[in-house]
Amino acid sequence: MQALTISGLTKTYRGGVQALKGVDLTVAEGDFFALLGPNGAGKSTTIGIISSLVNASGGDVNVFGYDLHSQKELAKSCIGLVPQEFNFNQFETVMQIVVNQAGYYGVPRQLAFERAEKYLTQLDLWEKRNARARELSGGMKRRLMIARALMHEPKMLILDEPTAGVDIEIRRSMWRFLEAINKQGVTIILTTHYLEEAEMLCRNIAIIDKGQIVENTSMKSLLAKLNIETFILDLQGDTNNIKLDGFAHRLSDESTLEVDVAKSDGLNPVFAQLTAQHIQVMSMRNKANRLEELFVSLVEAGRKEKA
Amino acid sequence: MSAGNNWIALTTIWIKECTRFLRIWVQTLVPPAITMSLYFVIFGNLIGQRIGEMGGFSYMEFIVPGLIMMSVITNSYANVSSSFFSAKFQRNLEEMLVAPVPVWVIIMGYVGGGVARAILIGLIVSAVSMWFVDVSIHSLPVIIITLLLTATLFATAGLVNGIFAKTFDDISLIPTFVLTPLTYLGGVFYSLSLLPEFWQWVSKANPIVYMVNGFRYGFLGVSDVNVGAAIGVLVIFNIALFSVAYMLLKRGTGIRT
Repeated sequence: MQALTISGLTKTYRGGVQALKGVDLTVAEGDFFALLGPNGAGKSTTIGIISSLVNASGGDVNVFGYDLHSQKELAKSCIGLVPQEFNFNQFETVMQIVVNQAGYYGVPRQLAFERAEKYLTQLDLWEKRNARARELSGGMKRRLMIARALMHEPKMLILDEPTAGVDIEIRRSMWRFLEAINKQGVTIILTTHYLEEAEMLCRNIAIIDKGQIVENTSMKSLLAKLNIETFILDLQGDTNNIKLDGFAHRLSDESTLEVDVAKSDGLNPVFAQLTAQHIQVMSMRNKANRLEELFVSLVEAGRKEKA
Repeated sequence: MSAGNNWIALTTIWIKECTRFLRIWVQTLVPPAITMSLYFVIFGNLIGQRIGEMGGFSYMEFIVPGLIMMSVITNSYANVSSSFFSAKFQRNLEEMLVAPVPVWVIIMGYVGGGVARAILIGLIVSAVSMWFVDVSIHSLPVIIITLLLTATLFATAGLVNGIFAKTFDDISLIPTFVLTPLTYLGGVFYSLSLLPEFWQWVSKANPIVYMVNGFRYGFLGVSDVNVGAAIGVLVIFNIALFSVAYMLLKRGTGIRT
């Protein structure tokens, strides 16, 4: 079954700005799906329409078989939303925020308290249950929004940049949590500017730019499109007359070398040539996230095509 | 959602609203008590003694129902307009908009919160008035019906104001330029019979005249207007404003892009 089917979705804001120009998208049940795009591409508008915060100008949205227009309440019950910006009452306590949210979905109060304990504990917020939201750190606020979105135990969780501004330790713990609930069967749709995050977590991906989907495929097949990777090598030895036949390369400084390596070539010839020149490779890393390179090239290609 | 789920959502919004005004009781419950005490001291006690009787009662007795009603009107309106607009402004209204809460449940939850505050204020002001005068009750059902219908009406009006408001200024404009003049000219401090005939006729176009007089009838058994007509006017205005609020929220005015 499809968790989400979007067809011909359009949105024109008052003033004539066309944010979505006919978006078609499907997300399978149980998927961990990335929706990526540059700022202003239409990600948040798409999510806003799915979560009923934005009225669509045209097109259809179907959530687990329920039409968002004619079966709105049933469709809404399937969705949990973690918005990009903090949108809880800053003067309410953590417990009030999550229990009230459960109440809006018709979850009885006693059950809501049980779920609150479960999710606040899992997200390391139980100790803060009586603190007012404004007293929480940025990372805690992000986790509070995840706990709040799960209180009615939705079949699909939509996260709009959930780890923005969060330190790496908390980000990783949030990744583990999201992977765990995805394994329990919750479909997850994630938008993020941390492409490493999307690459690590998501199985399928769509890239949106200027209101249109420019790529929609599996993460695996998308990454397979990338033929050349750039490596940064930290070297020791005389690098003044360095030569690497068959590889584009450039020195960033006298001991740092950037080399472009085609997947078919592998790294052995690079090491062999450097060894022959009595240059030692002390360490090595990827220049950029692979998905980041692809993302940039896909968006740029799309724009050139339109131009 | 099922009826049971709607009931849970409704009570959740209502409890949330009551918790909000009780949390900030110094801002919401204390000021009306102080303001009304001043009205009783200045208008009722000091000036009232020189005015003498009005409608067959001491001036203090005459103004008590009107002052209670004035607090009910102001507080029911302010509670919902500021709470709803704050929820819009802070975007926590989105918590309800993403959930399958029917529009009528949202309206009733917010209005219920405003009515709860109005009743509490009504009780506080009544208690304060007992320090100054022996409050008599002519018809408790009329008092309760008029109080509930008035509180509901102005809570709904506050909601409509909150829906349209784009800034905090927008929620103070109507109370300042519409509600306050209508209340002061609504027979709180005087009997319409004191006015020339033309102004009596004009005054009867002011809906607050019906609320104040209906409420006064419940306490004193006297009214410048027919009590049945007063309740009828309140019911009609309530239905009309609820329909407006429902239509606006259903359409997403002021809350959805």
